[in-house]
Amino acid sequence: MAELQTTPTHPVRFRVHRRKAGDSGGRFDTFEVPLDEHRTVLDGLVAIRTGQDPSLTFRHSCFHASCGTCGMRVNGRDVLACVTKVADTGPDVTVEPLANLPLVSDLVVEMGAFYGPFDRAGRPLVRESELLPGGERAEGIDVLTRYEDCIECGICVSACPVAGSDSRYAGPAALAAAARVVLEPRDADAPAALRFADDEHGIWRCHVAYECTEACPSNADPGGHIMRLRRAATANRVRRWFGAGRAAR
Amino acid sequence: MSEQRAQTSIPATRPVERRRGWWGWFDPRGRRLGGWAFALNRLTGLGLVAYLYLHLGILSLLARGPDAWDTFVDIALNPLVLALDVVLIFGMLFHGLNGLRVGLVGYGLVASRQAALFVGLMVIGAIVLVVATLRVFA
Repeated sequence: MAELQTTPTHPVRFRVHRRKAGDSGGRFDTFEVPLDEHRTVLDGLVAIRTGQDPSLTFRHSCFHASCGTCGMRVNGRDVLACVTKVADTGPDVTVEPLANLPLVSDLVVEMGAFYGPFDRAGRPLVRESELLPGGERAEGIDVLTRYEDCIECGICVSACPVAGSDSRYAGPAALAAAARVVLEPRDADAPAALRFADDEHGIWRCHVAYECTEACPSNADPGGHIMRLRRAATANRVRRWFGAGRAAR
Repeated sequence: MSEQRAQTSIPATRPVERRRGWWGWFDPRGRRLGGWAFALNRLTGLGLVAYLYLHLGILSLLARGPDAWDTFVDIALNPLVLALDVVLIFGMLFHGLNGLRVGLVGYGLVASRQAALFVGLMVIGAIVLVVATLRVFA
């Protein structure tokens, strides 16, 4: 019978942002958790909640980067805690909630502010059948990009420097969703999505830092989609100037 | 009654606004190449605006006669001031070349190659900066 292999644990010091309803400000609490190198930041937070402080609040669900609920800032980077190994963070781990979204408690942010603009973007549908061998692709689409894999985690909004200074900015994810509708309408209201995006607080507010694309855990490339949307919006304006009938109004 | 008790015993969880603000533009934590370019573009932009007013102030010395201007020229040839000229050239090069990238990418022209475009333009800028520095101190 094979002997069970165990991996040695090392103490990991977590500095975790804390703030409850009614608190006048935030603070950081420190917890030490023994973890082996295969464990993740989310494993550490779960261990803290179950073994040291049951009042610690954070969101998680799937543990494998599918649900997008455990987005948070770890050592200043916007990541999914469930796939961020402590072997990569080092022994000192500072955990904060996502930036640029209202804070509810500890590491939990109000995602309504993130989801809100999605309605105006047209909420593109995902059709997994197209990804299967022999699946039919929509007309005009030669290559399927991975925007369909946006897991709506909010990390792009947290990483975006512009979202931090413009509370009316629609945000990378919602604009990328609008791009999906504009470039591949599938009977959705593409002109409405373009009107939503073609705004000073929409695609034209982006300053091409591409932090959203770099931070996106799903390679959905929101920055690239914003630029494609800009090209579509510019082409639409040119068509309007020359009175073309197909231009979105 | 129980509903009323629940309402009074559980504190309201009104979300707290937590934006990073404009100072978040310069937060170095977690910054990647595009983020540094974004922050440096703002710093160089502010620096160039400040230089514009400084430049106008210096030009106004011409109205005060040749002595005032000659005195300024002596100061301008000080190695420390020449080093500031190099900083100015860096600011102009970075802001101009990164602005070119932002302009091109911003209209979706080379969006898929924006990182390579940035690196390429910065290499050109570095070469020009080296040549300019040698000429400034020649």
